[in-house]
Amino acid sequence: MSEIQTIVMPKWGLAMQEGMLAAWHVEEGATVSKGQEIADIETSKIANAFESPVSGKLRRILVTGGETVPVGALLGVVADESVSDAEIGSFVDDFQAKFAEQLAASASEKGPEPETVEVAGQRIRYLQIGDGAGAPIVLIHGYGGDLNNFLFNQPALAEKHTTYAIDLPGHGGSSKDVGEADIASQAKTVLGFLDAKGIQKAHLAGHSMGGGVSLYLATHHPDRVASATLLAPAGLGPDISMEYINGFIEASRRKKLEPILQMLVAKPEMVTGDMVEDVLKFKRLDGVDAALKKVRDAVFAGGKQALSLRDQLGSAKVPVQVIWGTQDKIVPAKHAEGLPGSVKVTTFDDAGHLIHMEKSAEVNQAILAFAAAD
Amino acid sequence: MAKKSYRQAISEALRQEMERDHRVIVLGEDIAGGAGGDAEQDAWGGPMGVTKGLLPLFGRERVIDTPITESGFIGAAVGAAATGLRPVADLMFVDFMGVCFDQIFNQAAKFKYMFGGKATTPVVIRTMYGAGFRAASQHSQCLYNIFTHIPGLKVALPSNPYEAKGLMIQAIRDDDPVIFFEHKAMYDMEGEVPDESYAIPFGQANVTREGDDATIIAFGRMVNFANTVADKLSKEGITCTVVDPRTTSPLDTETILETAAETGRVVVVDEAHPRCNMATDVSALICQEAFDKLKAPIKMVTAPHAPVPFSAALEDLYIPSMDKIEAAVRSVTGKSH
Repeated sequence: MSEIQTIVMPKWGLAMQEGMLAAWHVEEGATVSKGQEIADIETSKIANAFESPVSGKLRRILVTGGETVPVGALLGVVADESVSDAEIGSFVDDFQAKFAEQLAASASEKGPEPETVEVAGQRIRYLQIGDGAGAPIVLIHGYGGDLNNFLFNQPALAEKHTTYAIDLPGHGGSSKDVGEADIASQAKTVLGFLDAKGIQKAHLAGHSMGGGVSLYLATHHPDRVASATLLAPAGLGPDISMEYINGFIEASRRKKLEPILQMLVAKPEMVTGDMVEDVLKFKRLDGVDAALKKVRDAVFAGGKQALSLRDQLGSAKVPVQVIWGTQDKIVPAKHAEGLPGSVKVTTFDDAGHLIHMEKSAEVNQAILAFAAAD
Repeated sequence: MAKKSYRQAISEALRQEMERDHRVIVLGEDIAGGAGGDAEQDAWGGPMGVTKGLLPLFGRERVIDTPITESGFIGAAVGAAATGLRPVADLMFVDFMGVCFDQIFNQAAKFKYMFGGKATTPVVIRTMYGAGFRAASQHSQCLYNIFTHIPGLKVALPSNPYEAKGLMIQAIRDDDPVIFFEHKAMYDMEGEVPDESYAIPFGQANVTREGDDATIIAFGRMVNFANTVADKLSKEGITCTVVDPRTTSPLDTETILETAAETGRVVVVDEAHPRCNMATDVSALICQEAFDKLKAPIKMVTAPHAPVPFSAALEDLYIPSMDKIEAAVRSVTGKSH
């Protein structure tokens, strides 16, 4: 295959316009494979390992460590030996010229923006990307999170599917009235959202508490669920780190919140100052403190998970898979043990609770494979 | 999230708090315009248009045009606060505050103390400060340091639209008198501001940049200058921490001392005159509490000890510039061009 493939600065989340290539893990001339971590990239919001989108020989590196470039800028070129250096040279020149034009043209262009819809008198914020046929994918965040938690997932999933990431009540840009606040009432809101958007059946992917919501829907409303991918979910055992939950509620300063958020990931350096600041901004909104406390008291009453659906999982009528990081400090990965054989379980040793961020390529693939099976 | 100007952010904070709490009123000169006459109502909305649009929503009982007598309407606001309302008075230019010092320093600031903690005075005084507006020496001063000096007053200096909305909401909900400083060169500055209400707690500094080589502590508009300098220098490999204290009273001494100690090289940027200003105050704090952590003398970047010039060329030289901040960082780090 004498094809020239590109590696460009990825777009992680709506707000990202540029990123810094902190360091390459590979050198020019190395052979890279798709999904291999080839570089560290830092944005103002997050620092993460960058996985190669392609396989082949890395013939050219165009951005050196420490450089900041716009989203879409050419980082490297992959091609096999049969392609001459001159061909690569002219390909790069051509790309750079076109990219400069694109950049100038897109300066005023806006990407997809979150919208809101009313569900039972409540404002629910969501972000829709993609317009594939078939059942859409609905992404549900965890405790204290919001739709932006799926920044590494939604764009990739949206290439083939219609995707919605939603803010649960009390979270993100949704109403701060959380009602009963338990998993069942959150699930009712998600059903209301599906109704409001005219979605009969959806593939659900839920993280943590959102995983518990997805699990509830898969077991209680199988007619509305095409499949469920549970990412470090609630609802499969009693344990929950109240050090994290209470720390998240109580920390009003960056210095206190940072170590709490670092509990979420295997590599603490993934948490940036801006990520901490964004959580503080959310926690300052009127009604959030009360909402977080009410959800805590309903979902994690007495320091234990209030709801276990483990026994109902075996008779679930929809395909369910569970993905966990064994370094999870919030909901332990041992909850993935001893599940019925019908449930596909995948674990990663080098990841923590934010499995969909830390292992985004693998999680995206797993969700897509599940969604393709129907 | 929607982009809003500094002006819109403050206006939205006022509107949302007036909707939330019927005790919140606004008063000042021309804050609506047209009171008692047949001409256009709500013609002004204050000198910068911040309060425009409140009159049709809340009426003359809660949006009160006052005579040009600062001593009178600031006194009225303080009295209204002491008797249960939550007034937001617009004092236009901080330079005019001199005529109502007694109402502020000796009355509003002292009620809680003099009445054994039984009285609260939840008044907010909004006021414009700062140079760069070609408004000459009687309309361009900073003076926040003077209010910071008085126990019993709180002083907020929002450095961008997000800060302006959150600090204004906190100011209105606070039970103590708050002097709220709006830089007149920043009203058109835009930034992301949530539509929902939120309060930013007083006395919590915001670390806007994180670096290893120097710590820049800056106030109000100067935070933006410091951020720009930090971004520029980071491209050369000189990285700076930038601290926006947000409020000068209460002052987040913990964050100031921690970030100063982390780099050991400190620049303090203050648009006020250099004697007895926030730069001297913060420098003295660091010298007293973290002297052993310093690796170089602290540099202060301030305006000179002179009235703000009317000459445009001289006014530009008068204001602490990004060039001066950059030179100060290079000086404390020993890293020249």
